[in-house]
Amino acid sequence: MPSSPFRRKKLVAPMTSSAAALPPSAAASPRQALESAVVRFAGDSGDGIQLTGLRFAAATALAGNDLATFPDFPAEIRAPAGTTYGVSAFQINFGARAIKTSGDRPDVLVALNPAALKVELPTLKRGGIVIVDAGAFAERDLKRAGYAASPLADGSLDGYRLLAIDISRLTLEAVRPCGVSQHEALRCRNFWALGLVYWMFGRDRAPTQAWIGRRFADEPRLAQANATALDAGHVYGETGEVAPAFSVDAAPLAPGQYRVITGGEALALGLLTGAHLAGRPLVFASYPITPASPVLHAMSGWRAHGVTTLQAEDEIAAACAAIGASYAGAIGVTSSSGPGIALKSEAIGLAVTAELPLIVLDTQRAGPSTGMPTKTEQSDLNLALFGRHGEAPAVVLAARSPADAFDVAIEAVRLATRYMTPVYVLSDGYIANAAQPWAIPDVAALPPFPAHIRTDPQGYQPFARDAETLARDWAVPGTPGLEHRLGGLEKDATAGTISYDPANHQRMTELRAAKIARIADEIPAQVPDAGPERGRLAVVGWGSTWGPISRAVALLHQRGHGDVAHIHLRHLSPLPRNLGRLLEGFARTLVIEMNSGQLLQLIRGTYLSPAVGYQKVAGQPLTIEEVEAVLLQHWGADR
Amino acid sequence: MNAIAPAVARSPKDYASDQEVRWCPGCGDYAILKAVQKTLADLNAATANTVFVSGIGCSSRFPYYLSTYGFHTIHGRAPAVATGVKLANPALDVWIVTGDGDGLSIGGNHMLHLLRRDLDVQVLLFNNEIYGLTKGQYSPTSRVGTRSPSSPGGSTERPVSPALFALGAGARFVARAVDVQQKPLVDVLKRAHAHPGTAFVEIYQNCIVYNDDVFAGFTDKAVAADNQIHVAHGQPLRFGRDGGRGLVLDTRSLRLTAVTLGDGGAAVADLLVHDETNPVLATMLAAMQPPDLPVALGVLYCDPAVATGMAAGTSAAAPPAFGSAELGERINALLHRGETWTVAPASGVNGGEARR
Repeated sequence: MPSSPFRRKKLVAPMTSSAAALPPSAAASPRQALESAVVRFAGDSGDGIQLTGLRFAAATALAGNDLATFPDFPAEIRAPAGTTYGVSAFQINFGARAIKTSGDRPDVLVALNPAALKVELPTLKRGGIVIVDAGAFAERDLKRAGYAASPLADGSLDGYRLLAIDISRLTLEAVRPCGVSQHEALRCRNFWALGLVYWMFGRDRAPTQAWIGRRFADEPRLAQANATALDAGHVYGETGEVAPAFSVDAAPLAPGQYRVITGGEALALGLLTGAHLAGRPLVFASYPITPASPVLHAMSGWRAHGVTTLQAEDEIAAACAAIGASYAGAIGVTSSSGPGIALKSEAIGLAVTAELPLIVLDTQRAGPSTGMPTKTEQSDLNLALFGRHGEAPAVVLAARSPADAFDVAIEAVRLATRYMTPVYVLSDGYIANAAQPWAIPDVAALPPFPAHIRTDPQGYQPFARDAETLARDWAVPGTPGLEHRLGGLEKDATAGTISYDPANHQRMTELRAAKIARIADEIPAQVPDAGPERGRLAVVGWGSTWGPISRAVALLHQRGHGDVAHIHLRHLSPLPRNLGRLLEGFARTLVIEMNSGQLLQLIRGTYLSPAVGYQKVAGQPLTIEEVEAVLLQHWGADR
Repeated sequence: MNAIAPAVARSPKDYASDQEVRWCPGCGDYAILKAVQKTLADLNAATANTVFVSGIGCSSRFPYYLSTYGFHTIHGRAPAVATGVKLANPALDVWIVTGDGDGLSIGGNHMLHLLRRDLDVQVLLFNNEIYGLTKGQYSPTSRVGTRSPSSPGGSTERPVSPALFALGAGARFVARAVDVQQKPLVDVLKRAHAHPGTAFVEIYQNCIVYNDDVFAGFTDKAVAADNQIHVAHGQPLRFGRDGGRGLVLDTRSLRLTAVTLGDGGAAVADLLVHDETNPVLATMLAAMQPPDLPVALGVLYCDPAVATGMAAGTSAAAPPAFGSAELGERINALLHRGETWTVAPASGVNGGEARR
């Protein structure tokens, strides 16, 4: 694999050059400045890898870098220790510039056991740094990971910069005075490794020490042992003259208060904030499913914030309870992944015809059927756009990053209540679990959009419509004088009573479609995320491909190909009013997505556009590298 | 459809909507509608505060004929929709209308879990042992051998007993009534309404078109006395003409047995006394079938315990209203929960939006 030059500051020797080119002792020379770096921690699922990664992310955030993280844990809850299918990993990409993905290939891999090395090595950048716990490479460990011979000795790590350190022994020696058992001592290995990586990247240990103190407040021995291990790893870096040292400057982030947020948390917080801005209570009904459950978990803790949650008996009940809640005046939300959304489909049809606000979250995963539940994909776009019986138009939005999920969730509540319609929010397994810094907004500064609840009985007609939005009134049980009967049978276009009149059904079908289409009048016109409004190549994406496409387009611009634009869609139904016209301004339209061309078909069908596509359906996010290669190919295609 | 009922209504007529009732002439649903309207009038129910939620089927047309709020939803899902209604606004008086197919076949799972949740709602399950609206196929409560368009050789599955299903699901209130027995039906509906939790009422409803007289074995005048028992809490379990028969427990076989008073020495004092708080007795009563034993009607089970499920609500102070400044502050605090850091204004600031 070629190294990616954009990751480094100019005039700095690439970190991936051979070991001989690097100074023998980093301690003896100044730190090498990097524009960005990717570090991947890996080990057994019992090794505390996620915790280690999160601490590194926190320290990195405090150092002022922009960052993106992604956890990669096994599908098995407790896989046998030391096996390849029990490997847990955490990747962080951080830099002195804007960071938009969790990184293609790691520059540094920390592998705490042979299985982790075996699984993760293929992802490591050629020439990258491998830190292994040599003390965990006994014959038994190797065998469990499926190695015939030790990779530390058989030359298979040639071409990487190997730091084989007996972390187990060094940790045991360091924490022995803390009065912990051997077992407890070995469980501090992750902090030893973290201490070393902290030294390599010049991270401050103090916040982590404080965190350890809080986390192990009830077990001072363990607190001391972990803190000691962290220090010991750091000292090893400082004095061992083995590990290289780098610096990554702070990124130019906008001033403000920040936190790290995952897409799942952002969706939950956005829905709560959206309901608040609408002035309506929130009822969240869901059934557990990977990778959508984090939203249910977050919501379940917010009773003091007025959130009502229901863990329903099944997906259908979750959708129906959300609809019942909306009927009764709340913001009804149901959340799932593809298989669950399929089950909810009939109920969503009811919400369409009853014209009730409903939010449907789809955290997409690789399908069909059970597919690969922990792997990401964008293959539910057609399900959201078309996956209902009858003529049942609905609104579809997509979040492009963890932080964006907050804004999209608010927009979903706004559209659902303003237009009395179901709104799908598409997220995916990547966005749900990835984390990035987020400038925390002030709720009081966000524009409220109070939902109108009708109370006036005078002249009430359940399906009379607002002239501007075509939305019917939200008249909720408990309101005197507005008693009415609502249902799934076709309704008279005004009175809402059952109607089998042919002309009325034609009219209602058209009204339901027109109401959704009309939303395009008020959503912002589509503008390129980057690049010109007319040019040679329009790269169109939606959802979590934003990161890699955005970065790859920036790289093309750096190559001097300024006539490439990145157009990223948040509104997929209805599409922005000007999208067709915008795309006509480009010689070529390339639609990139993690499915078999669902948005591509939509664009071709809607605009009769000769758009072409690039698709990947591998359960893995797109890499910047592959998108860049595809863009170059298409940029040159018309030459 | 928009006839506005007065906030406080008193006559059954005040609970009728302006919609023409379109069940088959002679359908048992008419009698149930009449009883429900009488019940609402007796309860002086506020139409604005009352919601009827139904699924799909003949019975589920019910909400259209009432002047309350009504939601005719999708097949089998009324319990789930009603759950959402009640969660969103616990002050509403929520009634679920369903049938044997809607409630126990396509919606069986929802019925099970509705009863477990124990929200304060009433379930009226109209049992006619047939699919009426789809033209007469056998249903989950049809008896073995029921001949129908989809079972020309007779159905083979064993019927589910709605009352036993409800008891098995942990229902805390289970009652039974017959469509045309107006007074007992109204009494049972009022008891169901008074119960703080999910109240399950099985109503035997005659389908005059597809399953006429399916309950004649215990509702016909000629056999009713001997094949029905109206249970009342604290009263001996007596039935038969002039109360001449009763139920005793055979302690050797642990079975209920019907005895005739007077003959052979059985006295009223020997009879079981109905205890509606006893779930074991309720189960035995619910399982009774002619010809050996009468069909039990009335309140079979009513758990007096204080509601513990979702009906119990929360003792915590009510959170601030959505849209209030106070909730905004709470949400702000939530947004800042955990580790945060501040980026101070500096030169070369990059727009935060660029990163989004």
